[in-house]
Amino acid sequence: MKRGTKGDEHMLKSLRPMVGVTVLLWLLVGLGYPMVMTAVSNLTLPWQSQGSPVYVHGRLAGAAHVGQNFEPARGYFWGRPSATVSLTTGKPQPYNAVNSAPSNLGPTNAALIAHIKQRIAYLRRTTPGLKTGEIPASLVESSGSGLDPDVTVSAALLQVPRVALATGLSRTFLTRLVQANTLPPDWGVFGRSRINVLELNIALYKALHG
Amino acid sequence: MSLSTTLTWLVVIGVFLLTIKPLGNYMAKVFTFQPTVLDKPFGWLENLIFRAIGVSRASNMTAKQYAFAFLGTNLLWAVLAYTALRIQNVLPFNPMHVGPINPLLAFNTATSFTTNTNWQAYSGENTMSYFSQFGVLSYLQFVTPAAGGAVGIAVVRALSGRQLGNFFVDVTLVCTRLLLPLAIIVTMILVGQGVPETLAPYLNVHTLAGQTQVVPRGPIASWEAIEHLGQNGGGYTNANSASPLENPSAMSNIVQTISMGLLPVAFFYFFGAMTGRRRLAWTLTGVAGSIFLIMLALTYFPEAAGNPVINALGLATHGNMVGKEVRFGMGGTSIFETSTMAFTTGSVASAHDSFLPLSSLSFFIGMFLNMVFGGKGVGFLNMIMFVIITIFLMGLMVGRTPEFLGKKIETREVTLASVAFLLHPLLILLGTAVAVHSPSGLQGILNPGPHGLSEIIYGFSSAAANNGSAFGGLGAALPFYEVALGVVVVIGRYASIMAMLLIGQSMLRKKTVPESSGTMRTDTVLFGGILFGSIFVLNALTFFPIMALGPIAEQYLMIAHHLF
Repeated sequence: MKRGTKGDEHMLKSLRPMVGVTVLLWLLVGLGYPMVMTAVSNLTLPWQSQGSPVYVHGRLAGAAHVGQNFEPARGYFWGRPSATVSLTTGKPQPYNAVNSAPSNLGPTNAALIAHIKQRIAYLRRTTPGLKTGEIPASLVESSGSGLDPDVTVSAALLQVPRVALATGLSRTFLTRLVQANTLPPDWGVFGRSRINVLELNIALYKALHG
Repeated sequence: MSLSTTLTWLVVIGVFLLTIKPLGNYMAKVFTFQPTVLDKPFGWLENLIFRAIGVSRASNMTAKQYAFAFLGTNLLWAVLAYTALRIQNVLPFNPMHVGPINPLLAFNTATSFTTNTNWQAYSGENTMSYFSQFGVLSYLQFVTPAAGGAVGIAVVRALSGRQLGNFFVDVTLVCTRLLLPLAIIVTMILVGQGVPETLAPYLNVHTLAGQTQVVPRGPIASWEAIEHLGQNGGGYTNANSASPLENPSAMSNIVQTISMGLLPVAFFYFFGAMTGRRRLAWTLTGVAGSIFLIMLALTYFPEAAGNPVINALGLATHGNMVGKEVRFGMGGTSIFETSTMAFTTGSVASAHDSFLPLSSLSFFIGMFLNMVFGGKGVGFLNMIMFVIITIFLMGLMVGRTPEFLGKKIETREVTLASVAFLLHPLLILLGTAVAVHSPSGLQGILNPGPHGLSEIIYGFSSAAANNGSAFGGLGAALPFYEVALGVVVVIGRYASIMAMLLIGQSMLRKKTVPESSGTMRTDTVLFGGILFGSIFVLNALTFFPIMALGPIAEQYLMIAHHLF
């Protein structure tokens, strides 16, 4: 068959709607939608839109929904294990928010079990009188994002002896602090009651430093 | 099962049940050009677009023209996306000054997002500029599900005895009448729950423990909304909806789960409204719905019972929390993951690689079947494909000419349906076979033992089903997988869509056979049961052997406390 002009014409004729629909829909949903939503969100819900920043004494101390690594300090409550790594070195860097990731370890991977055992041992070493049977699984198994801001109530309570030892605050006070900072499930039923570790530690910081 | 889990499931499933009919009827009105409430706010805008591109609202295309328009536009999107990613460093909205994307990754990302797979071999928060996120990838998350939906709509029109319609009109209408209005609502709910929506650069945090932390921001809420409404599943960040930046609460988790299912579920009723066969629509919904429930149970119960090896350590709680987040609860996590696999979204609220073998079987079922509602339009086409095969099998058994929707099912339809059916396992099994035979394929494995094989099968299934989720341990950024999976997504997406479009056209051309007492009814519970059975048998025959080597082998080894 010769190269007919009919095919070329067909090509050309359909090029206009192809390009047209691409460009015009881009203006509408590619550019217009995010821009308008950003503008409207910032007008109506400015704090959330900006990433829920939390300030302590005028300094940006965190984003309310993003977990942090408190483990360098024994005088703070700790969150769940985080499997995130450094972007530049690839070495473990817990709660690295620019490189969110789970451990991806499978259920029959010996490394997973070793890691959990190590975590249990570490918690028991640092917390006076802690028994394995008191530790909830979530406190020794790393989270999906490496940025989980929450722990369960029992996971916070079992840390009270350690925090009390490091800060000199009484166990009763810390227990009450944990209870006061317990978040109920959403709308009372969805999800579960939990503790935002950053929120709890800010309350702890304020109790210590005013 | 806790009260929280039960209520979470009831809310999600309840919303689907309540919206299927009104939303399906609404779609039928929109795509037969009857007046609806959204004519006022969007009608003028659409007219502007149609005038500019020179097509009229009620024009029609043949299957060939429709396919050509679909493929040509997709090609254009892929080329533009590839180019924009390669030069993102010189484009605007790059406050974090990220560099250009390398050619292989740009190819993988462009094909994966154009095919509505949204497989990601990169971490968004440290790889993409704001412009690439919203101007390229979020944009593709609008138009590519619209394009897939358009083909589904065209086939439904054909099955209902109407002309196919115009691809460009349908793509525009899916955007303006379905995706955009819903996305606006969902964005606002998500921002209210704490998802950022800003163009300001990342936050520099000084933590109480004396460290620094950089917290990503960006137009995340608007991304999340369309990511789920379009069954896209590409995460703004690497952890996707497990990240508290994308999915900060149990409520946002429920909203995203509902967003995934609204349109695919309603699409089934849309078919019923268009063809006037609402009972048939309910039958098909029942079949897909019961598989959904099976998948949900299969995901939840093993996870709640936990890993026997870990349980033996004597912790306070059982329940597998590896790779899961506390705030969603086990019930919220399991319905999110079931939905993402059923609706082929591919976003994840937890690490699939760390699920127990039986739960991962549920994920595989979602990807193998690819019609448990599926992506809107596309999933429905796969369901029709199984219906045609089932009718053909039934016809063989009772020795009668098979009929569907008052049309005879003949060689051409059965051949096309079989090709569409067989292609899917071919891509998955062949892809896996090639990967396990090549050193570069094996190099990508993170978890040793049968789980490593599961990682590879999952990768190819996800690509072939255009799902996009991953067993994240697989080294998706290896050149082997970037290229192999990039190719599989393209074949998986277009070949079966083309086959279904041709089936639609050929059904349209046939004469209607009047129904008689001898006609095999398709709108009964009996047919639903046979359909369910043949879906089960056909897929079990195809996939059981490889599942026995992967998750099933791992399950037995896990029970025996055998580690690798």
